[in-house]
Amino acid sequence: MQTLLRENTISMSLTNEKIKERLVEKFGDIVSNFEEPYGMLTFEAPKDHNLKVMQFLFDDPELRFQFLTDLQAVHYPLYPGRELAVVYHLHNLADNVRIRFKVFTDISQPDVYTATKLFSAANWMERETYDFYGVNFVGHPNLKRILNVDEMDYFPMRKEYPLEEQTRIDKDDEMFGRGGTIK
Amino acid sequence: MARPVRFNINPIQADMKSHILVGEAPEGHGGEGFFATSFEKVVGLARKNSIWPLPFATSCCGIEFMATMGAHYDLARFGAERVGFSPRQCDLLMVMGTIAKKMGPVVRQVYLQMAEPRWVMAVGACACSGGIFDSYSVLQGIDQVVPVDVYVPGCPPRPEAIIDGIIKIQALINEEGLRRRHGPEYKALLESYGIQ
Amino acid sequence: MSVDEHIKLPEGSIEKQTTTLNLGPTHPATHGVFQNILELDGERIVSAEQTVGYIHRAFEKIAERRPLYQITPLTDRLNYCSSPINNMGWHLTCEKLLGVKTPKRVDYLRVIIMELARIADHLICNSIVGVDAGAYTGFLYVMQYRELIYEIWEEVCGSRLTTNIGRIGGFERNFNDTAFRKLEKFLAEYPAVLKEFENLFTRNRIFMERTMGVGAISAERALNYGFTGPNLRAAGVDYDVRVHTPYSSYEDFDFIIPVGSTGDCYDRYLVRNQEMYQSLHIIRQAYKKVQEFKGKEAEVFHADVPEYYLPEKEDVYTKMEALIWHFKIIMGETDIPPGEVYMSVEGGNGELGFYLISDGGRTPYRLHFRRPCFIYYQAYEELTKGGMLSDAIITMSSLNLIAGEMDA
Repeated sequence: MQTLLRENTISMSLTNEKIKERLVEKFGDIVSNFEEPYGMLTFEAPKDHNLKVMQFLFDDPELRFQFLTDLQAVHYPLYPGRELAVVYHLHNLADNVRIRFKVFTDISQPDVYTATKLFSAANWMERETYDFYGVNFVGHPNLKRILNVDEMDYFPMRKEYPLEEQTRIDKDDEMFGRGGTIK
Repeated sequence: MARPVRFNINPIQADMKSHILVGEAPEGHGGEGFFATSFEKVVGLARKNSIWPLPFATSCCGIEFMATMGAHYDLARFGAERVGFSPRQCDLLMVMGTIAKKMGPVVRQVYLQMAEPRWVMAVGACACSGGIFDSYSVLQGIDQVVPVDVYVPGCPPRPEAIIDGIIKIQALINEEGLRRRHGPEYKALLESYGIQ
Repeated sequence: MSVDEHIKLPEGSIEKQTTTLNLGPTHPATHGVFQNILELDGERIVSAEQTVGYIHRAFEKIAERRPLYQITPLTDRLNYCSSPINNMGWHLTCEKLLGVKTPKRVDYLRVIIMELARIADHLICNSIVGVDAGAYTGFLYVMQYRELIYEIWEEVCGSRLTTNIGRIGGFERNFNDTAFRKLEKFLAEYPAVLKEFENLFTRNRIFMERTMGVGAISAERALNYGFTGPNLRAAGVDYDVRVHTPYSSYEDFDFIIPVGSTGDCYDRYLVRNQEMYQSLHIIRQAYKKVQEFKGKEAEVFHADVPEYYLPEKEDVYTKMEALIWHFKIIMGETDIPPGEVYMSVEGGNGELGFYLISDGGRTPYRLHFRRPCFIYYQAYEELTKGGMLSDAIITMSSLNLIAGEMDA
């Protein structure tokens, strides 16, 4: 059964303003911080509402954001109370529109509702985000580390942890401009 | 601007007679229908020309190995035609590609399952020393977990470099004494890796 | 667990137990290192659990430490069978962030390189499907032609496999005559070889029986799982980033997107095969367009972006600004403008995306690779459940799983 995207296009004019209008109409103050860096509409919602927003974007017959392109997190150690941002990139394949949806959470209690029931693609992407940043996805079927070794006890992509392996003794840090007497 | 071709402008025509390399026979005493030499030399000669490699290909160097096995850079002409994936049957463990810390125990396990005499070749910068990935998750060289005989640097090494590594392994195999694996130095080497 | 219809066992005669089989990280069938723990009932697969991460190299963390042009060698090693596509994708992301517009000739040359990479990737995938089905000859035969592609890349950038090709704004050097002669040789010889490779497999009864109906997925499930690329097109959805969000002047080219219907291994093989023909078609058009540039225009091989593109050596030794730019670029002192950008290209496996957040420093604040292999490997259990063990092997290789891309 072929699903040709060109035949499924309802309206060619699903612009960023239209999407913003629909979102504000439905959610009011809950969605905020609308920006358009490089043409992609970006907005934010509190973490309790992430599933509601995504379900709305999925089900609405005009918006139809039914493809989850990407899910990852960003660590902002300088914003207290909003340190971890979980970023969803959604794509409307029929009208060829992309949006970016961010959810901020506190680092001391990084619980975010899982999107796996809506998008099966979110399963491993959330595991990866947990592995790197420690975001706890509530309701995830199998939240374990995926890329790092299972015994690792810290979340390596957070800004406070170093890149290099710390147990090497044969590398002269001074020659690399790290540590030593040369700052 | 166009760079003119500078090399191989007048290619030399291949001359079969001048390019045949006759293998050296080991020293010994021969006559009509017999040849007497020391056991070591014959065993070395036989072993080096019939290596059964185990390509432990993890990443990009594995693709260069596939090119080496292909028809253009033929590895089979060195006797290493039959690649096996079972460590119990192979002589040469070629570790090609990045070994992460998660994979380290697997390399060690495969090495332990190989029967003596066994050789290890680290192909590629990542297997030699961690390569360009100086990060928390990459093992900085497989010689942290297994003893290595030949290192082939490159990222990825050209097929000619991999063949050069095989030739060096062949040289090592040829000169290895029969008693080496039972000697104290070898035992000390394995002890230092924690291998009984 | 289902008992085969033809065999009826009396009640309680045999204790039913499933076998756990570890299709481990080192296995000839797993091309690259990932692990599958299969629960088998006889030969039928009951469940499959995947473990990845055996080659996790922490690209994203390394990228936070490096200036933009130093990240290109990292992107090479994502899908290493078609590394020029990754490089070009990264350069396009940087150019989108920096607001650089590349001249048409650069775009067309980039298209030639990317389509060659796509051919290289699909060649490996299709021939490995053949190897896993037991046919080694096809693989050896086409590796010969991958060598030709490697030679073309070598003429431009010096390296065969992990190319680090191109720079932000264009290429490091103009394509010389040798590169174009080699390209013409490839275009002349390759279609006949591809036809012969096709003859080995496409209507081969054994191959068809091994791949038809194996590892099928419906379009809805594929979309929900985030499939992109040939795997999605085999399932029936015609989503190709080159058409939907054209980059690097792809809108100037005329090509079709092959689409399958059932999403099984045979369809994936056919889609990749046809895509190779389409790539050849695109390369011919691009080559013709490149040859139309004459005189001064034929010398253009990069955009004018002095902050990121190394100036010519003659200028460095004679002009002041060029010397300063050279110093700033080599020492990594140029600041990236702040912003966040998401850019995706059509990689060999699907939509390869780059999400780059910059806070105005010398290195990215956050760089995330949207890796298609990682995302569609989740669906493996659904693809193989209820099938035989040998079907699982064929499915694994027809999905074109590249471990470097999966773990990054």
